[in-house]
Amino acid sequence: MSFEKLGELFLKTKINYKKTITGHAYPEFVKIVEVGPRDGLQNEKEIVPTGVKIQLIDMLSGTGLSVIEATSFVSSKWVPQMADHTDVLRGIQKASNVQYPVLTPNLQGFQDAVAAGATEVAVFGSASETFSKKNINCSVDESMLRFEEVINAAKKRQIPVRGYVSCALGCPHEGHIEPSKVAEVAKRLYEMGCYEISLGDTIGIGTPGSMLKMLQRVMKDVPINALAVHCHDTYGQALPNILTALQMGVSVVDSAVAGLGGCPYAQGSSGNVSTEDVLYMLHGMGIETGVNIAKVIEAGSFICSALSRKTNSKVAQARSTACCDASL
Amino acid sequence: MHGRVCPLAVSVPCCYANSAQAFPGKVKIVEVGPRDGLQNEKTLVPTEAKIKLINMLSESGLSVIEATSFVSPKWVPQMADQVEVMKGISRKPGVTYQVLTPNLQGFQAAVKAGAPEVAIFGAASELFSKKNINCSVDESLQRFDEVMKAAKEAGVPVRGYVSCVVGCPYEGKVAPEKVAHVAKRLYSMGCYEISLGDTIGVGTPGSMTKMLEAVIKEVPVSALAVHCHDTYGQALANILVALQMGISVVDSSVAGLGGCPYAQGASGNVSTEDVVYMLHGLGIQTGVDLSKLMDAGAFICQTLNRKTSSKVAQAACKL
Repeated sequence: MSFEKLGELFLKTKINYKKTITGHAYPEFVKIVEVGPRDGLQNEKEIVPTGVKIQLIDMLSGTGLSVIEATSFVSSKWVPQMADHTDVLRGIQKASNVQYPVLTPNLQGFQDAVAAGATEVAVFGSASETFSKKNINCSVDESMLRFEEVINAAKKRQIPVRGYVSCALGCPHEGHIEPSKVAEVAKRLYEMGCYEISLGDTIGIGTPGSMLKMLQRVMKDVPINALAVHCHDTYGQALPNILTALQMGVSVVDSAVAGLGGCPYAQGSSGNVSTEDVLYMLHGMGIETGVNIAKVIEAGSFICSALSRKTNSKVAQARSTACCDASL
Repeated sequence: MHGRVCPLAVSVPCCYANSAQAFPGKVKIVEVGPRDGLQNEKTLVPTEAKIKLINMLSESGLSVIEATSFVSPKWVPQMADQVEVMKGISRKPGVTYQVLTPNLQGFQAAVKAGAPEVAIFGAASELFSKKNINCSVDESLQRFDEVMKAAKEAGVPVRGYVSCVVGCPYEGKVAPEKVAHVAKRLYSMGCYEISLGDTIGVGTPGSMTKMLEAVIKEVPVSALAVHCHDTYGQALANILVALQMGISVVDSSVAGLGGCPYAQGASGNVSTEDVVYMLHGLGIQTGVDLSKLMDAGAFICQTLNRKTSSKVAQAACKL
């Protein structure tokens, strides 16, 4: 019995009960937002050649993923890994049923993105004042004004904008973050025109307890179908946190192939949760994603080879080394 | 930076709002690192190091520690020093030191060495039973009958394990009814607690729920524990649904000791540190001091010359 076969057998065990512990049913379908090529690579030390980035995105485009965050139109002075943003966006083979959002921290970045052919953009807010100041050198309010310019420009061109709120469950500088602050920032981004708000546990410190509290508060101000979770796995909590979010009715999950991207605040620790591991869980619960896990594992294997690093995905590790006829 | 962030200071409710089912207020952790963990590590650990590990774990607030296994050293060389370990550890009052006893001989040796509690292992998969201990599931349960009788006479509590509760490396999917059948037999035979093991870590909240639903029909939920492996990264999510279904005993291994013998290099046991982190974040009491637990993990990893498998330990949040 190969582990591949074994893995297949475990897919799609539909959970019978309609309601979960929170009173919501699990979603029938979850949209995965693949952030490996941007959030993942941005936090990898080695500069990845443009050709490799393009190949990674092209491989991911063939897996069934419907959203792939391709690059970031940030100044190359700050993020050298994303210096080739224009070449990447122009070089990829855009699949017709896939969106390729790019980060645009300001109006300049937005204009460059549009010139390079971007059809969807994203802006990053923070629930922590200190994090905002240290990360992008301005207060949360000031960053909102910047994003308003981007969103207004995007509206004129009918370009959808996704909003991110970082430090939703904790900040490396401030520590605990009040759910009401997360809700405030999420609400602002939503009301300014972001179609979806991704709530990020930037340092992976959250647990199902804090995830629940935060979502309960945010859901009072932003409709649940406009919410996504972006969980980091730094403390190993990402999957239970995602599960909690699903139980609350969230149906959009961010993840990174091979768990690319360490944590810049805890050297050597992991960052993004692996897309493969998320898919394994979702499929095992009978939740559809439209994504072919085997193809994602292939893409992960490719980029890890290119980066000369091991995958962070446990599913990929298990699949690659399984030897089922071993006996004790 | 991370040292300043103290997630345990965040007070959170221990139950979800809008729900009739609360999380348990307390969870008992069964620490299997010194046995299940070390048994699956390649490096042979010196007896003194095992003793020191168990003593450090005793000081961390854990109430149950699986200390060793009275199995033949021919099969499991790592556990050859079983008697010295049992005799050498400092037994902390309030801590139970259970040991594995695969047969009557092992049981007798365990009692002689001072073991206050023993454990027996059944499998939910016929093929796994045959390949692992060279007999059918029924035959293995008959073997354990002898152990149960002797344990009753000696007044020694027995914990039962069921392996392959979700999947088997040889048979594939395991029927929840089969798991329920084996669990029920062990419980009827006199085991006070049945630990349900996802031996190859293939379970997800989907298959876990189905399996638990079947078992809970046959065995009271208060007598059930989960023993989740993290081979596919699903352990904590699986533990979470188990808690939501009323389970309040969780097996785990300090530093995530013990790889998976069926997938080389892949992980096996879930890390106690990561489990405790999640439970405390939910406001669930465990009695465990996470900082002392991490110290024990750091010690054994140093001894084994390997990195911890615990993400919490890697992130090194010192409380």
